[in-house]
Amino acid sequence: MTPAPSLAPETGAGARQAPAPSRAFVRGRVVLGFLVTVATTYLGLLAVTFFIGRVVPVDPVLAILGDRASTEVVERTREALGLNLPLHHQFWIYLKQAVRGDFGTSVLTTHPVLEDIARVFPATMELATLGTLIGSLLGVPLGVLAAVRRGGILDQIVRVVGLIGYSVPIFWLGLLSLVLFYAQLHWVSYPGRLDVVHEYTFSPTTGFYLFEAAWTGQWTILGDLFAHIALPSVLLGYFSLAYISRMTRGFMLTEMSQEYIVTARAKGLSEARIIWFHALRNAAVPLVTVIALSYASLLEGSVLTESIFGWPGLGLYITNSLGNADMNAVLGGTLVIGSVFIGINLLSDLLYRVLDPRTKRR
Amino acid sequence: MSDPTSSPSSRVQSWRTWLLTEFPASPAQARLGRVYVIWLRFSANRLALTGLGVLIALLLVAAFADVLAPHSAVQGDLMNARLLPPGSPGYLLGTDGQGRDILSRLLQGSRLTLLVVALVAVTAAPIGLLVGTVAGYAGGWLDAVLMRVTDIFLAFPKLVLAMALVAALGPGIENAILAIAIVSWPPYARVARAETMTVRGSDYIAAVRLMGASPGRIVVRHIMPLCLSSLIVRVTLDMAGIILTAAGLGFLGLGAQPPLPEWGAMIATGRRFILDQWWVAAMPGIAILIVSLGFNLLGDGLRDALDPKEADS
Repeated sequence: MTPAPSLAPETGAGARQAPAPSRAFVRGRVVLGFLVTVATTYLGLLAVTFFIGRVVPVDPVLAILGDRASTEVVERTREALGLNLPLHHQFWIYLKQAVRGDFGTSVLTTHPVLEDIARVFPATMELATLGTLIGSLLGVPLGVLAAVRRGGILDQIVRVVGLIGYSVPIFWLGLLSLVLFYAQLHWVSYPGRLDVVHEYTFSPTTGFYLFEAAWTGQWTILGDLFAHIALPSVLLGYFSLAYISRMTRGFMLTEMSQEYIVTARAKGLSEARIIWFHALRNAAVPLVTVIALSYASLLEGSVLTESIFGWPGLGLYITNSLGNADMNAVLGGTLVIGSVFIGINLLSDLLYRVLDPRTKRR
Repeated sequence: MSDPTSSPSSRVQSWRTWLLTEFPASPAQARLGRVYVIWLRFSANRLALTGLGVLIALLLVAAFADVLAPHSAVQGDLMNARLLPPGSPGYLLGTDGQGRDILSRLLQGSRLTLLVVALVAVTAAPIGLLVGTVAGYAGGWLDAVLMRVTDIFLAFPKLVLAMALVAALGPGIENAILAIAIVSWPPYARVARAETMTVRGSDYIAAVRLMGASPGRIVVRHIMPLCLSSLIVRVTLDMAGIILTAAGLGFLGLGAQPPLPEWGAMIATGRRFILDQWWVAAMPGIAILIVSLGFNLLGDGLRDALDPKEADS
């Protein structure tokens, strides 16, 4: 292979090794490959949502005008919406609009879809973040201990927690826990994000209520917010915990059978030091990917949870729009969730490269 | 019958030796022997057997639902039997808001669950197998294109894409199944492709190629059978997820429509009575939990039996 001209300025050492492509060049090619992957995936996402939008049995013209409009008006509207153009042309227009962030107007709220999503998304993020925090802060230690005492009680617990987590319908568990913890025990507050009493005394400027209440020192409100978010976030945290603890256990078992552990033991290091500083340090690299994936899946899994807990996030927004055949909103929401998915995957990939020195050399 | 060699225990013994022989005399014997070894490993696992038991029970219940169900699943007794608690005479698991026997509805609903699982398995798995093996064997631009498409579908969260699809196609159990199948095949393609890549360069494939086999024949006759075991494991492990997605769609009103006794939709109707008549929503959830747990146990057991290397990780 002849070395192609590098895109990035070359360092002296790299330039002298003429036959092998320089490190900067390799890195440049990796980045370029990354960008191409992201671009094609995103294009595919748009193609899928565009296609779904075309399959809709509801005629958009009929939806706007009703069935009493004259043929002439129908024709004119059809033209105005660009529906008489060839499909590839329509897709091109759709692409241009999507790049500008224009996903149309929601029929239900009469606002632009992107504006709606920007309003509701922080609520979903707050919930998913808290859930992931609960899941990883409990799941990682649990998984480590299960691997260390293999076959012990903790290992059995991790197994059962995992099995139930993979088998139980989240919306059912949510309903039952509402009956128990809200209706019977009164430990948590009713569905929603904030008590009606506080709706008018608390006027946040961002969508991140918890953060803002803590920042401005409104402690009663913060307590009330926690009473509302506790149950859904613990529930999502449970599902995240089931996944993270099981994966941690697997990674730790692999690490603990490596030879460097034998070396560390031979040096006379304490077992705790070996487990938490040596083995976990190495298991942390794939764990980052697992936690990122679990975060992404919580953003998605919140669709059903939000519907149960009346949580005003993206999931509830999509479900409500679905019920009202508001396709612009549904597809916009789907696209945003898909993009977040891609983004998180990308981020975990990059983190992997940063954390694992071995990937840098390639 | 006085011949001692034909006593039942020794006949079983000779079957065993025939199956476990190191030198099978025919392909059939070798194949049966392999299946027997897998079964031995599988049946040593009590949890896996429990999973198999749940699946068999589900099949039996679905087959004999008409005989087993004490009442109609659709027609209720609004006059006398509205919202009866579990254990009421004649209504073991209680009744719902329309006076319908919950047990009968659950029994009949098992058919819908089985239908969803079976249809998704027979549509998504072959598509994934075909895409994965063709991509893996062909390599080059075909591989790149097929895997790109797979990645795009993987980038969408399953439930959300299924929701959008059902919203476009119109709610109903058929469209829900179609949507779930469309979102389910990409992981199978990934598995099949990985498996294909490992055998593609092997000597026996080269030998078949030298004998003049066409690429199509190689993929269908020599590569696909090798991908089957890992695919079966993957599909079984996915079943629980498919049941949960179908139930989720049903719960949101996008799956089976009333009065069909779909378990997820039953939970949705029970939501109205959840505070006072908890059983209306609780019972279908227990049914879903048992069946998905069964599939998960079965899948774990199959993985351990088919691939002992993976068993520990």
